[in-house]
Amino acid sequence: MSLELKEVEKKVGIETHIYSTNLKLEKNTINVLLGSTLAGKTTLMQIMAGLDKPTSGEIWFNGENVTGKEVQKRNCSMVYQQFINYPNFTVFDNIASPLKITGINSDEIKKRVGKVAELLKLTTMLNKKPDELSGGQQQRTALARALVKDSDLILLDEPLANLDFKLREELREELPKLFEDRDCIVVYATTEPLDALMIGGNTATLLEGNVVQYGKTLDVYNKPENLTSAKVFSDPPMNIAEINKSGDKFTLTDNNVQWTSNVNIKDGNYKIGIRPHNITTYKEGSNSVEINGKVLISELSGSESLIHFTNGKLNWVSLSNGIQQRNIGEDTKLHMNVDEFLYFDQSNRLVNHG
Amino acid sequence: MNKTFNQKAWYFVIPVFVLVAFNAAVPLMTVVNYSFQETFGSNVFAWEGTRWFKEILHSERFHASLGRQAIFTFIILLIQLPLGIFIALTMPKKGWGVPVCLILMSMPLLIPWNVVGAMWNIFALPDIGFLGNSLNSIGFDYNFTQQSGDAWFTTILMDVWHWTSLVVLLSYAGLNSIQPAYYQAAEIDGASRWDIFRYIELPKMKKVLTLAILLRFMDSFMIYTEPFVLTGGGPGNATNFLSLDLVKMALGQFDLGPAAAMSLIYFLIVLLICWIFYSLMMKDEART
Repeated sequence: MSLELKEVEKKVGIETHIYSTNLKLEKNTINVLLGSTLAGKTTLMQIMAGLDKPTSGEIWFNGENVTGKEVQKRNCSMVYQQFINYPNFTVFDNIASPLKITGINSDEIKKRVGKVAELLKLTTMLNKKPDELSGGQQQRTALARALVKDSDLILLDEPLANLDFKLREELREELPKLFEDRDCIVVYATTEPLDALMIGGNTATLLEGNVVQYGKTLDVYNKPENLTSAKVFSDPPMNIAEINKSGDKFTLTDNNVQWTSNVNIKDGNYKIGIRPHNITTYKEGSNSVEINGKVLISELSGSESLIHFTNGKLNWVSLSNGIQQRNIGEDTKLHMNVDEFLYFDQSNRLVNHG
Repeated sequence: MNKTFNQKAWYFVIPVFVLVAFNAAVPLMTVVNYSFQETFGSNVFAWEGTRWFKEILHSERFHASLGRQAIFTFIILLIQLPLGIFIALTMPKKGWGVPVCLILMSMPLLIPWNVVGAMWNIFALPDIGFLGNSLNSIGFDYNFTQQSGDAWFTTILMDVWHWTSLVVLLSYAGLNSIQPAYYQAAEIDGASRWDIFRYIELPKMKKVLTLAILLRFMDSFMIYTEPFVLTGGGPGNATNFLSLDLVKMALGQFDLGPAAAMSLIYFLIVLLICWIFYSLMMKDEART
């Protein structure tokens, strides 16, 4: 089983929503579409589902060209950011709705709904109606509806975006387990890099209608093909600067911060990308270099501290463990972990990492 | 905590009390006053107790106009609700068609009621009216001033023309509040057009439709101006609805006592039906 997009393109009027895209999703995989709003995640999913037709290009499923095939005749299910359930059906009837249409007998329906309800902790809610449930339970019902029929393709369009923090964490942990033993392709759209890392599988980074990179999630994270992919897959945003290399000496063009490294690239000008967690208030890694900064904002989020600082023209973010209180306007010393730098050439391609 | 007492705030409530007193309480109490007395000229009254109420409740004339009124309202609701929903469903959801449709739909609602009556009166005149003349010229024997069936047909047609827009606009607003994801989800489930209407659109429109029913019930049950101008209650008593009959009794015959009793009964009927409807609606609301 596989889903393949061949040079799929989507235009609405004169606007291009999806630029020519090739993507092959294998069976039993979870695939994350990662990108900000308007990156084209939803459009891509709707094309995969058959809710929308591509302007050009083909969609192949299991070796069959399904480009024009109606969504009703495909075997897929979808969960949305909004909690979509039939408003005047009970939870049981909601979950059973995709099965009822296929004409399966009622004993079998009961059995399957019961099983899915148990998996999603909805067993005690079966007789309630959606608007009597909390947001988390409503989304669980929607997920149960998607899981109850044995779809070949399950599409999840930012399913956790409208949930409270706690509920989101809880459901995010459960999600990968739900799909573990299923014979299907799962596509999961999200704006949050953390979601992608926690869900694992494969990730496609998207920007403005382009699939920038597709591969194993950790590979995409550790070895972004280019600066765009690295930017998309970084939250808080990646710190970027121009550097110059000569011999084993590296210099930040803006402020002459220097370090040495045995990274194997030619002498010349490059760009570096530094993830915020590689700039810390304490030393980390065997090779680190100091940078001075004037604090713009300092935010504490639970057990982590975000410090936004400036140094010359640079406007960077650092992420440290623990509570690191800094006052606005204060001059502070930060440490950059040189081994984790990503080096990009002038055309923004990754040339070396670490 | 110590509260400071300052009763001056009550002065601010006085204007409201005065207003409500003059536009609701005083007129209503005057009517109550009339309903228990026989009124002679030059402010001479005689106490009659509940006589007028008994008379009205047993009067065939009242039964007849109440019956006509009930049938009229029933027909109006039966036509306007499905028609309104249907029109709302077929209206465009985006593009230039939206403002055009909305303006066209609002037009009948903006026309003064007596103008609507006058318009339809002229429109339906069998000799010179466009509708009346056309119907007669294609072979129908149509004359709303003489045949009661035609009078009913014209009155209902006029009300449908005047008020269906309200149902349309409310339904359209209800439909527009449904997120597109609902339709997609149903499509993925393999639901038919009817399923989508029955299980998504109708439940989602429930609130606005309840409102539409309530408004259309009240308005049509109290209809006065348009049939007054169009048919004047005729021919005979064919379209003599409750409020028309009431005015005839009060101002035409100057039977102030019975008319007052009738208006109170009329008022209570409307109030009772609205209350039942409202509490059913609220009961449903409380459950969810």
